[in-house]
Amino acid sequence: MKDRFISGYNDFVLPFVIGMSFILIYLAIGIIRVIAQLPAQDRKKFFLSLINPKLWIINLKDIICDVLLHTRIWKRKPLLGYMHSSIAFGWFMLIVLGHIETWMFVPDRLSTFYYPVFFRFFVMETDHTIGGSFFFFLMDFFLLIVLSGVFLAMFKRIRSRIFGMRRTTNNQLPDRIAMYCLWAIFPVRLLAESFTAGIAGGSFLTRPMYWLFSNFLTNTYHILPTWWAYSTLLGTFFVLLPFTRYMHIPTEAFLIVLRNAGIKVSHPRKGYSIAQIYSCSNCGMCIDACPMMGQKKNLRYATVYFNRLLRRRNWARCEESADKCLMCGKCVAVCPVGVDSCNIKRSLRGLKAAPAPADYGYFSTYSLSESATTSPSSAEPAAGQEKILYYAGCMTQLTPVISKAVGTVLDRAGVNWEFMDRDGGICCGRPLILAGRDERAREMIRSNTELIRQSGATVLLLSCPICYKVFRENYDLKGIRIVHYTEYFDELVRLGRITLRNSGEKLVYHDPCELGRGCKVYKEPRRVLGAVGELVEAEKHHDESICCGGSLGSLTLSYEDRKDITMHSLDNLLYASPERIVTACPLCLKTFSPYSPKKVSDFAEVVAQNMN
Amino acid sequence: MIDFGYGISPSSAINLDKFDRTRFEELAREEPDVLKCMACGSCAASCPTAGHSDMNLRKVILLLGRGREDEALRMVSHCMLCGKCLIVCPRGINTRHLIPSVTKIYQKK
Repeated sequence: MKDRFISGYNDFVLPFVIGMSFILIYLAIGIIRVIAQLPAQDRKKFFLSLINPKLWIINLKDIICDVLLHTRIWKRKPLLGYMHSSIAFGWFMLIVLGHIETWMFVPDRLSTFYYPVFFRFFVMETDHTIGGSFFFFLMDFFLLIVLSGVFLAMFKRIRSRIFGMRRTTNNQLPDRIAMYCLWAIFPVRLLAESFTAGIAGGSFLTRPMYWLFSNFLTNTYHILPTWWAYSTLLGTFFVLLPFTRYMHIPTEAFLIVLRNAGIKVSHPRKGYSIAQIYSCSNCGMCIDACPMMGQKKNLRYATVYFNRLLRRRNWARCEESADKCLMCGKCVAVCPVGVDSCNIKRSLRGLKAAPAPADYGYFSTYSLSESATTSPSSAEPAAGQEKILYYAGCMTQLTPVISKAVGTVLDRAGVNWEFMDRDGGICCGRPLILAGRDERAREMIRSNTELIRQSGATVLLLSCPICYKVFRENYDLKGIRIVHYTEYFDELVRLGRITLRNSGEKLVYHDPCELGRGCKVYKEPRRVLGAVGELVEAEKHHDESICCGGSLGSLTLSYEDRKDITMHSLDNLLYASPERIVTACPLCLKTFSPYSPKKVSDFAEVVAQNMN
Repeated sequence: MIDFGYGISPSSAINLDKFDRTRFEELAREEPDVLKCMACGSCAASCPTAGHSDMNLRKVILLLGRGREDEALRMVSHCMLCGKCLIVCPRGINTRHLIPSVTKIYQKK
């Protein structure tokens, strides 16, 4: 194997070189901009993460799994996973193998970065070696894998249902041009390599193609044009890249590094968010996932379109889309890239919210419930005994059945507990945070923290997942254990402090968004419910459970639209025809109750009814 | 109505000609829901600030309709936006969007 040309250059590489240089410069500027726009402490976090060897290993693992192999899609939809990983991993291997070949046979050419890409054009085969044919075999093998992926991608445009997707993204013109370029790149590469297989050699794919073509194309004039076409396609693709969905190819790795550094969204269109929205591959998984998509008119509010509008700085429509979102987090859960769109939407709401003066002076008039302050247990609890403070939250005030049941269970278990807001209390702050008004929420957080500290409790028990999330994430309550009642009751059962009897009733458990996707509590409520009845699963459950429609996340969703979501969610829950729907969120209970054909109960209620 | 000045307390008569309704009309354009309110008071009854502040959404809507904007704005500033009123409203009014809109529109000078 040796060089065919002394110069090691041909004019056809120019489009590729121009495209590649453009995208590299664009990326370099983009990365510098993102880092410059990060808030100071985030920037520090990022640089510190770069010198942390442990994070390097995590980054490397995540990049291989997410960017190259697409394990997250494999887990959900194998065929779709194969399509994505065949193109990504196959292409990556073609690039790597091209470099290895160059390094093995013509090492002095490694410095020209186009050479490994067009390796087959620049070399001629002088002798057969096992090593050489092994690499040629690998090259053809990975090209075949990429081609199979490309054909699946083409087929997906016609029938996306085969891939488990009801709807797929509606591409715009630049996306479409880039997509056709991408589809054409690999077949053209196969042609180019086949035409040169007589000179440079080939393997199981390229050599038979060469023989086939040489039977009726006896001259060699078509070699150069196909290489020109290949290079032009690559060049066009790279130049279009920043303006299309395919920008996720280079940016996703950067996003993973930023995410693992622990950076959070702080501005919807600056810093970390740029990395997020440019990493959106417009795959459209979020379209089917979104509970709003039951109605066709809501299709335009899908997260994928929100990301696209945000990239183009279409603020008006972005705002509309962000205000509509239920913040149920399902699009984030199914996103193969993990674009944290809920937080981007939240920060956009905050940015666009009209200034509203708040007067929370009356917070000082709230105090702990009488029982909590007058009982002697507000002093130091006895050794080994925990003192529980139960905060029901606003929503539970509307469903007193929950707080009553929680009280029954706690009394039966004989724990030392106090009701923090029996006579009403301050909101936890999560609704304001969801509306993007974090600084107003801070006042509530401060007042509630004071009240909780006053009580001298060691455990804060919550029955509302909305409160639970905010207490876990935004409150600073060191030394106090924050626990949701599903987790706590599970613990009581396992410790034997309450015993349950199995009524044999067929139950289905609805994962509230904030508890499931928000706090990752899935198995505790199921373990307890499994002990009191026969637990069946809904059609979509765990990470993919469907929002009840009552979410406080949405600011503009109308009453009718909410009702449609509720009905859809109920259909999903009644899939296995249960006798009773059990949920662990007062809001879900309140939303489901009027529409459900089956009885809807709260988790605490079911536990209280089935205690021995 | 003519005020003869002999009342014990100041007149509480509302003269719809005497205040500028443009802002309320603007609000009604942006939030048509506000016209749906039948003043049942469910929102006020469920409000967690009840008993601690004078926030009362039913009153806010009435006051705005009567041009008593300052009072309404003061009430709204106490709102924690918890959304309980949204859940209980029998007319399906999106109160969580209405309240920020009120501040947005009435704060414009």
